[in-house]
Amino acid sequence: MSEILVLVDHVDGAVKKPTLELLAIAKRLGTPAAVFIGAGDKAAAAAETVAKFGAEKVYAVDDAEIKGYLVAPKAEALQQIAAQANPGAILIVSSAEGKEIAGRLAVKLDSGLITDAVDVQEGPVTTQSVFAGNFTVTAKVTQGTPIITVKPNSAAPEEGAGAGTVENVSVTISDAAKKAQIVASQPRESTGRPELNEAAIIVSGGRGTGGNFDPIDALADSLGAAVGASRAAVDSGWKPHAFQIGQTGKVVSPQLYIAAGISGAIQHRAGMQTSKTIVAVNKDEEAPIFELVDFGVVGDLHTVLPAATEQITARKG
Amino acid sequence: MNIVVCVKYVPDATADQAFESDNTVDRVGVPGLLSELDEYAVEQALQLKEKNEAPDSVTVTALSIGPEAAADAIRKALQMGADSGVHVVDDAIAGSDALATSKVLAAAINKIGSVDVIVCGMASTDGGMSVVPAMLAERLDLPQVTFASVVESQGDQFRIKRDGDTATEIIGATAPLVLSVTDQTGEARYPSFKGIMAAKKKPLESYSLGDLGVDAGEVGLSAAWTAVDNTEARPPRTAGTIVTDEDGSGATALTEFLASKKFI
Repeated sequence: MSEILVLVDHVDGAVKKPTLELLAIAKRLGTPAAVFIGAGDKAAAAAETVAKFGAEKVYAVDDAEIKGYLVAPKAEALQQIAAQANPGAILIVSSAEGKEIAGRLAVKLDSGLITDAVDVQEGPVTTQSVFAGNFTVTAKVTQGTPIITVKPNSAAPEEGAGAGTVENVSVTISDAAKKAQIVASQPRESTGRPELNEAAIIVSGGRGTGGNFDPIDALADSLGAAVGASRAAVDSGWKPHAFQIGQTGKVVSPQLYIAAGISGAIQHRAGMQTSKTIVAVNKDEEAPIFELVDFGVVGDLHTVLPAATEQITARKG
Repeated sequence: MNIVVCVKYVPDATADQAFESDNTVDRVGVPGLLSELDEYAVEQALQLKEKNEAPDSVTVTALSIGPEAAADAIRKALQMGADSGVHVVDDAIAGSDALATSKVLAAAINKIGSVDVIVCGMASTDGGMSVVPAMLAERLDLPQVTFASVVESQGDQFRIKRDGDTATEIIGATAPLVLSVTDQTGEARYPSFKGIMAAKKKPLESYSLGDLGVDAGEVGLSAAWTAVDNTEARPPRTAGTIVTDEDGSGATALTEFLASKKFI
């Protein structure tokens, strides 16, 4: 069976959950092989994690000379590993960075690219959700090495020890790949809540909050949920853009999505329509969001949410 | 400084988007318009020109690939203030994937010549892959700085701010380069009456693949490196339960619902 390369998404060697999901998908397609691009002294820890989730091999690239140069060097590194490994497919997490690496790599490898897959089965045959979630599309790559970016929450991580044999790879990075550089970086303060892309439950607030997100935050915390916002709330300056759910923000697909004070414009629906269960609380019974819901409450979020939060907390004891 | 802004003509997202029988996007039967997200790209291109020390020395060219009707997207950019338009139109292009699209865009940009900055929107509102800027940069061997929420330039030095998931970053790069901008860069202007009148006199050139030296066999549906097997409309969501809150009944019903679905 040919190797299936999985580009490891990590923060200082701490492997993120979507990478483990990709390893589970890689197992369906061939022999999972992880590609770790990061600090040399973090490779061993990352390799241990990915091996636990099935990686038979770990290609480790020390990023000392390419850190901060955005995506172009990573695409070059993957190109060189692919030339050596001749993989059956390359899987990358569907983040902004992941998709750009994939885009450059597709041109380099003369290979077809599929982005934002929500499922990948043997073939590989991919499933995508398009046009604001109104259509489901199945597709495959017909030329070169299939390069597929996969959305978080598209598979469950599967434990199962792989050999995790580490192979240090030295890659040659061109000067052309080093022409754009991060000159300053301000890490976002952690809210202590799950990340929006990975959360099982999301509670979002919109114009109807009037700028007061306390009821949203409290309900989210009672459910262990992430907090999101509509474009109207972001444009009003109530939440930073990183919270925005919708076409120009994040596209999420959690198990449960609770929209409070959000009317449900197409902009927003495009970002949450594929959620498994949808709940809305809105004062306006004509709000289009109610067309999507499994359960809706016509009422004021400022009274409904705090009362529900209290009951949920009481039930959890 | 020469700026090219890439604009896409897309099916109106508020209309009923659809597929053709060959599983390509219906670009004729559904009303189209300039992709909303590309309006921000046009705006930033115009601002780069206006903020330049010598605005008259800066040209902004709106570039689009697409069927005849795609000229509408270019005209909108001209009405907003772009100086000229280039429309690549050729029947062989229909059904092209992102790789072929980036190939044709790169050829058109080479034909326009001595381009310093290429501005794109963060994504199209139809395909929505967000990969064309990266592919274009790869083909032109240029750096790309994408998803900018703020764009600043001084001469050929560019600085952009990007609000990522884990950090806010400042990225520096030297032109020539490819930029993509988000809707956070600021409201796109509406065409003024004067702009609409002026646009009628602005040059809008039309190129075929032959004009660009691109072989028709390298683009289009038959040359796409991905194949769509099936497209299926999502079944409509079954109507949910909707209750009206009266004296706290809404909260109780909501809690019951969440408990019944095992979310509590």
